[in-house]
Amino acid sequence: MALYYSDPFETLFQFQNTLDQLRSSNWLQTSPSGGGSYPPMNVFRQGEDIVLVIEVPGVRKEDLNIEAKGNTIRIAGSKTIDQGGQASVHRVERRGGRFDRAVTLPIEVDADRIKAECRDGILALHLPRAERDKPRAISIA
Amino acid sequence: MADNKPLEVQEKKELVGKGEKTVPARYYMPNTDIRETEDALLVVMEVPGVDRKNIDIKVEEDTLSIEARIDTATYEGMEPLYTEYNVGHFARQFALSHMIDQQQIGAALNDGVLTLTLKKVQQAKPRRIEIS
Repeated sequence: MALYYSDPFETLFQFQNTLDQLRSSNWLQTSPSGGGSYPPMNVFRQGEDIVLVIEVPGVRKEDLNIEAKGNTIRIAGSKTIDQGGQASVHRVERRGGRFDRAVTLPIEVDADRIKAECRDGILALHLPRAERDKPRAISIA
Repeated sequence: MADNKPLEVQEKKELVGKGEKTVPARYYMPNTDIRETEDALLVVMEVPGVDRKNIDIKVEEDTLSIEARIDTATYEGMEPLYTEYNVGHFARQFALSHMIDQQQIGAALNDGVLTLTLKKVQQAKPRRIEIS
């Protein structure tokens, strides 16, 4: 995270928050993804393919950016929360912000056949396993 | 809201309601913002994965209850490999004050965000009093 020195108190607070978040993340442990902040993700297997399901309520399709390279999928975007200008606020639980995450999969993915679907605040990425990566049955002669 | 700050990781909170559910599945508490404008109260809650036909909004005895159910059929044939959140239905209740016109509650669902508009009754709206 880049630091901004406009307000030293704000900067320290942000920096502390960032360190706190990284401390609680499992970046150095084995997991399919890098650190940082991100909307929560579940990974499923459907037959031979992998499905990534990410909860992104309030994120518009236009604000999502998905890229694939090799077996790494990058999911970036931003969540904007409109607090409606002059309204007085009673309760704030939803959080907005930008996120950027790269997920490396243990299988090879056919990038041309990746399907992304975003409905009702759920982003689903269907990642088909590349034909050449599929295991072959070997018959015993 | 500044757009360039990183998104915080929010842990999903399990519902700890007064009345227990009769079904064994876990319910979750949707993250909710409540804002007040001049003539209405806006309740904005995040219910990812819920179709509009699976949302029940009820007003009973000055209590507004919202129940949003996900469709478990979408997870059929899927084997979890790695998880960061759990899935479940959402439910939450709010006590309504007498400032709210219980006949006029509007609801809209957009990208997994449910927005309820609770109109205030006439007397509760702020009035400017002129000095004669």
